[in-house]
Amino acid sequence: MSYSPQDFTNAHSTRPVYLVDGARTPFLKVRGKPGPFSPVDLAVQCGRPLLLRLDLPAEAFDQVILGCVNVVAGEMNPARVAALRLGLGEAMTAFTVQINCGSGMQSIDTAFRYIREGSADLILAGGAEALSHAPMVLEDEAVNWLAGVQQAKGLPARLRQLARFRPGYLKPVVSLKRGLTDPIAELNMGQTAEVIAHLFHISRVQADEYAVSSHHRLARAQQEGWLDQEVAPAFSNDGEVFKRDDGVRPDSSLESLSKLKPVFEAPYGKVTAGNSSQITDGASWVVLASEEAVQKYQLKPKAVILDSQWSALDPAIMGLAPVLSVSHLLTRHQLTLDDIDLWELNEAFAAQVLACLAALNDADFCRTALGREAPWGTLDRNRLNIDGGAVSLGHPVGASGNRIVLHLINALQRTGVKRGIATECIGGGQSGAMLIEAV
Amino acid sequence: MTGHILQTLNQQERQLGPFGRGALTDTGLSPWQHWRLRTDEQGIAWLVFDRADASSNSLSQAVLEELGQILDQLLLNKPRALVLRSAKESHFCVGADLREFRNLDTTEAVEQKLLSAHAVADRLASADFPTLAVIHGHCFGGGLELALCCQYRLAVHGARLGFPEIQLGLHPGLGGTARATQLIDPIAAMTMMLTGKPVAATKARKLGLVDAVLPERHLAAAIESALNGRLPQQRPNLRARILNSAPARQLAARKMREQAAEKAMPAHYPAPEALIDLWEKHGSDSHAMRRAEVSSFARLLTGETAQNLIRVFFLREAMKNIAKEQPTFQFNRVHVVGAGAMGGDIAGWCAMQGMTVTLSDQTAESIARAVRNTAILCERKHLGPAEKRRVLDRLIPDLHNLGVRTADVVIEAVPEDLAIKHQVYREIEPQLKPGAILATNTSSIPLDQLRQGLQHPDRLVGLHFFNPVARMQLVEVVSQRGATEEVYQKALAFTGKIGRLPAPVLSAPGFLVNRALTPYLLEAVLMLDEGMAPETIDRAAEAFGMPVGPLELADQVGLDICLGAADMLREQLTTTELAPVPAWLRQKVDDGNLGRKTGEGIYLWQDGKPQKKKEVPEAPEGTVNRLILPMINACMTCLRLGIVPDEDILDGAMIFGAGFAPFRGGPLHYARKNGFAEIAIRLDVLEQQYGARFRPDPGWRKDPDELKGQ
Repeated sequence: MSYSPQDFTNAHSTRPVYLVDGARTPFLKVRGKPGPFSPVDLAVQCGRPLLLRLDLPAEAFDQVILGCVNVVAGEMNPARVAALRLGLGEAMTAFTVQINCGSGMQSIDTAFRYIREGSADLILAGGAEALSHAPMVLEDEAVNWLAGVQQAKGLPARLRQLARFRPGYLKPVVSLKRGLTDPIAELNMGQTAEVIAHLFHISRVQADEYAVSSHHRLARAQQEGWLDQEVAPAFSNDGEVFKRDDGVRPDSSLESLSKLKPVFEAPYGKVTAGNSSQITDGASWVVLASEEAVQKYQLKPKAVILDSQWSALDPAIMGLAPVLSVSHLLTRHQLTLDDIDLWELNEAFAAQVLACLAALNDADFCRTALGREAPWGTLDRNRLNIDGGAVSLGHPVGASGNRIVLHLINALQRTGVKRGIATECIGGGQSGAMLIEAV
Repeated sequence: MTGHILQTLNQQERQLGPFGRGALTDTGLSPWQHWRLRTDEQGIAWLVFDRADASSNSLSQAVLEELGQILDQLLLNKPRALVLRSAKESHFCVGADLREFRNLDTTEAVEQKLLSAHAVADRLASADFPTLAVIHGHCFGGGLELALCCQYRLAVHGARLGFPEIQLGLHPGLGGTARATQLIDPIAAMTMMLTGKPVAATKARKLGLVDAVLPERHLAAAIESALNGRLPQQRPNLRARILNSAPARQLAARKMREQAAEKAMPAHYPAPEALIDLWEKHGSDSHAMRRAEVSSFARLLTGETAQNLIRVFFLREAMKNIAKEQPTFQFNRVHVVGAGAMGGDIAGWCAMQGMTVTLSDQTAESIARAVRNTAILCERKHLGPAEKRRVLDRLIPDLHNLGVRTADVVIEAVPEDLAIKHQVYREIEPQLKPGAILATNTSSIPLDQLRQGLQHPDRLVGLHFFNPVARMQLVEVVSQRGATEEVYQKALAFTGKIGRLPAPVLSAPGFLVNRALTPYLLEAVLMLDEGMAPETIDRAAEAFGMPVGPLELADQVGLDICLGAADMLREQLTTTELAPVPAWLRQKVDDGNLGRKTGEGIYLWQDGKPQKKKEVPEAPEGTVNRLILPMINACMTCLRLGIVPDEDILDGAMIFGAGFAPFRGGPLHYARKNGFAEIAIRLDVLEQQYGARFRPDPGWRKDPDELKGQ
């Protein structure tokens, strides 16, 4: 793979794009049955307080873009359904984007490019996912059998077809499980983490330590109220209110995590439920604005998007892909790791995050994969995922990419630093990264 | 959310055959005022009902006379078929013109009028060419009875059909009792007529009341289909015929009588019995049943109950009229501060009425409770899943009072504490947008106190809702000296916009309803103290016609709320004597036994119902007077002091806000019937026996006509 910085000369030449504000729902752990909210319900739950806070007329928005991977049958094009349910009016165009775990960032990036090129001024971009609503599906053989029964003409034919029934047909497959398996590499996402953990010598203890710290960081952020502006309580129709990310375990410890068995490659694997991201429901929105929109509506932007980057590699090592995107961004802007004040690197798996850090600091890897003479060096863990991540608060796939950008904006503001990168690995071997600056 | 494009297009949706589409515009010269007749190329005559002098199609004598003439003409010059439909936007026909049901002459004269109306209906029913009624929107009472005279009924989606006569103390009177019980399952038909509840088009199709339910766009095809004999007509099945046999009728009638008596006392409401009687005697002979219906209807209509209930109908219309929509006032967004029992229900109700509502409270849990209650309300009102979701999407939790900035109406429903309310006003007032009104749901704090400290006291008005908000139609709209007329008019219009009836009242202690109810409730409590069983007391009030007795009502409202109101009145009405509050009542409140909401008050409550003993002694004579007269006396005080503008509003407010026996026409109407002097004498007697709390208001001794004008 090769690239040259000259390919990207347009990056600075056009209009600035601001990140004005954003809000998300609490991320709600899937507890074995469908949760109280569908993807659009979640998008509405956090969209309403955000729009209320911004107090903009509905017509001010040019478009709604929403990332969502597991669209449920009753909400085709969830972006449009959400736009209408949020009261943005019949004239609001809206589309849904899908690039697996990057969908919520893809929506921001698409909005960013529309505004930068001048065809829009104000866009609501989000991500929503209700993994608890992932349907149960029948195996193809079972579906074929059922179709055969329905098509059989006459009683004898129908009986013959009925007799072909196998008990296994009754066993549904959770579509989620299938969705988390790469069809090319034929590896489960957890297995891809095992692969890179092995290749970059990440130990089980290191992964568990990382997971413990993720929980502790999130617990502290919740306690300190650092998420209060970011997380809007969600209200279910049966009168429950969900105020915070509920997957956090403040008492998580190395000892408790070390007891867990590997889930993907038992008995010798390193990836456990405890050091993987949690399966959750959640949604997140950010509002992007042009300079004109900022002036017109007297908005107070929090950050400006400098650049974004998408990259890809072999699906079997998908967890490593952020390294590519980050490397492109840093090179293009002539920055070093230390020039970035805060990092959000989505915690798909603790071992995968650690493998990325190892790769950035691996001379061989940087030379062969990135074409660099020297490795990027050590990424300061005190700047990385400072308020926890998907291991502690969960990974509603379509929302996560949006959340890390949103949280990066808020974390930059809170800590009073300037530059940040949000990046995530994407099932299928891709990655996205976004470089922003506080304003 | 129908946007402007579809809205424009939809104006062309309605099919009026040879008259074209949409609204009935230039129809050329017509010999008739209320009907338009034109025949299309296929020879189908379209008879379009469009009352000239009203925005709604109701059946008046003139309307029916014209219809008779038209039918005569059509019978001479037969069309291929006749299509009957309405040109009004929202309905087929709302029923009889009730204005003609007032100030009647003798029963015999009423019968004569009915007979000529029946003759018109019979002519339609006996037409020897196909007749089709096309029904959109409401099709009630006499309108449904006319439709029943047609051979086919095609309902457009969204149509609602019903016989609401029973709510006016009547039963159908244009042959409907016979035609409905002959057409469909007679039990279902009787249920519709006995409950007065309308049915939606799909339900009507299931019952066989209509032959098809379809969207407007398939109407022409459906008419053609019917004329070619391809649309199956609804015909009574075997079961319906058996149920209409004499022995089956006797059996069913007995059950109906029991159920009807449970709902309303036959002594007060004679119509159900009259209807059941009609069917039981004549169910198998349509002609005889229609004849009998005429005299039965005439008897009911000239009776006191029907006349009083018709009066109540017009009271409601008058109150609606006060709340008439004014095009200059826009109400899109409502902000409610305080998600307690009242605030939460007000917010949910407004969301259900199409408003976008922000609901704020200090605790998210209270808001969550309001969301749940609204979801339950949607279920109870049979909203479809998409409609329910729209309502709940419009009810926006707002923990930081952000909705204040965009609200057209801000309703404060925080605890009854002057300091708390002032603090809320200090926070929200600077954020109000120009033209917004600030309403308080206070029931006890004088608005003159609340307005102190406001930068713009002219924006403050009282909107006093009643519990449960979704069921109590009344809102007391409380004026205060500093409010501008525009703000007050806005508050009235807003009340109408959310489907509630406004009663304009002055800011006086307890306004009208609580001031009148409190002496009644306190007297009942005192009777308890004297050793009477609560069931005995409640039963006496129910026998008078109150929907529930005072003690059950107190439990429903909440003993804490009642006690609070009583203490407030005692404190603020220094010259008015009130019954003392027994210590045990305070104790109950202190112990948290507040009534229905806690499971125990004066009664034990289970599943929302009080556990009452069946066998209790009769109330001693005079109990009813002791309960009711203090309430009526307080009403007179309010009238004399001008707290309510007139007797009609007063009667309406007490019926819709306090459940005062509707068939008695309201407390003042009741007093007038008995004579003011008589009321004063009864109060005098009670005063001598029980003390000054019964002292008759000076208003009773005034000239009644002089009072009326106030």
